[in-house]
Amino acid sequence: MAFLSDLFAFLYQAGDAFAFLVLAACGLAIVFGMMGVINLAHGEFILCGAYVCATTARMGLPLPLAVLSGALVAGLVGMILERLVIRHLYHRPLDTIVATWGISMIATQGTLIVLGSTLPGTGTPLGSFSMGGYSFSLYRLVLIGMALATLLGLYLLFTRTRFGVLARATIQVPHMAQALGINTGFVYSLTFGLGAALAGLAGGLYAPTMTLVPTMGSAFLVEAFVTVVVGGADIFLGTAPAAAILGVIKAALTSWYGQLAGQIGLLLTAIVMIRVMPRGLSGWLLRERS
Amino acid sequence: MKKSLTPIVMGMGLLGLNSPLMAEEPIKLGVLEDQSGDFAVATIGKVRAIQLAAEEINEAGGIAGRPLELVIYDTQSDNTRYQEFMRRVLQRDQVDAVFAGFSSASREAYRPIVSQFDGFAFYNNQYEGGVCDANMVVTGAVPEQQFSTLLPWMMENYGGRVYTIAADYNFGQISAEWVREIVEEQGGEMVGEEFIPLGVSQFSQTIQNIQRAQPDFIVTLLVGTAQSSYYEQAMSANLRTPMASSVNVGQGYEHLRFTPPSLANMYVTTNYIEEVDTPESREFVERFRAMFPDEPYINQEAANSYIALHLYKEMVERADGETDRETLREIIAEGDVCFDGPSGRVCLDPRSQHMSHTIYLARVEEDHSISFPHVWEDVEPYWLGDNGCDLTQDNPATQYTPSNPPPGD
Repeated sequence: MAFLSDLFAFLYQAGDAFAFLVLAACGLAIVFGMMGVINLAHGEFILCGAYVCATTARMGLPLPLAVLSGALVAGLVGMILERLVIRHLYHRPLDTIVATWGISMIATQGTLIVLGSTLPGTGTPLGSFSMGGYSFSLYRLVLIGMALATLLGLYLLFTRTRFGVLARATIQVPHMAQALGINTGFVYSLTFGLGAALAGLAGGLYAPTMTLVPTMGSAFLVEAFVTVVVGGADIFLGTAPAAAILGVIKAALTSWYGQLAGQIGLLLTAIVMIRVMPRGLSGWLLRERS
Repeated sequence: MKKSLTPIVMGMGLLGLNSPLMAEEPIKLGVLEDQSGDFAVATIGKVRAIQLAAEEINEAGGIAGRPLELVIYDTQSDNTRYQEFMRRVLQRDQVDAVFAGFSSASREAYRPIVSQFDGFAFYNNQYEGGVCDANMVVTGAVPEQQFSTLLPWMMENYGGRVYTIAADYNFGQISAEWVREIVEEQGGEMVGEEFIPLGVSQFSQTIQNIQRAQPDFIVTLLVGTAQSSYYEQAMSANLRTPMASSVNVGQGYEHLRFTPPSLANMYVTTNYIEEVDTPESREFVERFRAMFPDEPYINQEAANSYIALHLYKEMVERADGETDRETLREIIAEGDVCFDGPSGRVCLDPRSQHMSHTIYLARVEEDHSISFPHVWEDVEPYWLGDNGCDLTQDNPATQYTPSNPPPGD
């Protein structure tokens, strides 16, 4: 019985780390992995989602709707930014670093100036359950479920819908897509908006568990980049398995040697993976398959 | 400019003259605090407290006839900014004294620069103790004031099995060393110790480790806003073990920011928080809110910053408006530089240039209201002085720890 509860505890921790990595990274996987925009403002889209979610939840909106509204607002902001700034930099990927870094600083400082150094949170819903000698937060299981649901939703979106076909066509061979009459500008805008909305979703989902401050996005950024770099360009063959592997490594190291070991483990894994598979897990898997 | 004026001012002080021209020469004070970044929640109030004290002093005619002028920089919770701005205030702005720093990492980043330019800096934060440096005055509380009171009380009331979670940098590491030492000295047992990198916001593994170790109470030495996510996560996992801390509530007012009862059963030793119910405290809170109505919480560090400027006033006034560091050290060495402030009477200890404090044991209730089950009056910062740090004799400019104490004599 003690063995079973320890096993469950480990799976819970690995699932928790997996959910965090997937939710933090899937927006970035679209914007960085697919579109090639190195988006250092990813954390600020998460911030946007979290703030909108917490504010609407405090105004009385039920939490699921508040999370959704956070995702929608972040997505809209993403589309506006794409139109104003990112659009002009698609052929200059290195410049996107500087531009999005600037956006990130403006967003962080702007939030601090306008909304102050912290926003009141909403409290974590759903309570806890016990297993063996341990007790666990129920909401973390919701997060794991949401991570899986997001992956499934994205899979369906990219493989079963017209938008998915258009987006993949536009991103793979833009001028051919354009020649075939696709409004590629609009597709780019929607795709970037989708990435931002997924970041906003992550922010909204984690808002009830975290301290809401203007710099909260940075807590997600490093792990998101590590996951996307290890995973490579494809969300389903890359981000999802990368998050699963990294989640297990992180949970194991954190449980044995503490948080610092977990973080070092993530970065070391990333270094080794980039050395062995320069194009990430998905690049390796696709080459093996062909 | 300042150097060439110093002998003239000194001469006039000796002659008892008070030239109106010299009287108008302002005293410039540098204020380096984090108004943005990870620590901003706890430190914006420190800047405001200095502004409040400066305005009060200026309205009453300045210090020995000299008005105060503040030079304020936002250090952005960034250690390199501290170094950059410390150079700037000492070299370019030529300030007379600096009030600087939240985290111990930032203090250790700027301290060598203060020594290099022979500046005079006030560190107004509670910290892990041990800084024996003649260029520094520390008004914050130290382990012999916060842990030597808190831990025996907790062990008596809850038991001796202790688990520490601490921020992974000099503050957390050295504070955890103090906790370990005191717990073992009192016959208790450390059942776990975990160091968390700054910026970590996900704690479910840590929570599980604590549940496995089953401590009687947890010592939380978490720092910064990311790490304060711990409390709500622990609550939602139903971890209700009592907590003891030297940093929470008194700095980041977590009891007001988080939904009750995430902080219920937390005990903090602090020398001031706005719930302290004395006439002096109530009057201070009233004046503070009159000037800054939107200040969310008047914390321990805000009170210490306010007190620091008044202690400085006391010293400079006794020196007839002279701000030269050597002169001020001689005045500290007299041993009776004191101030009756919002936290009660405090005095500077000449051997360590640290401050005595009344220490309040604050307990957070289920609804997050604060009660004070115990008060220790006039706790001296004795550890450095008793172990051989004597700034009236020499200046090692070093930080000592329990495992690396002063050499002694």
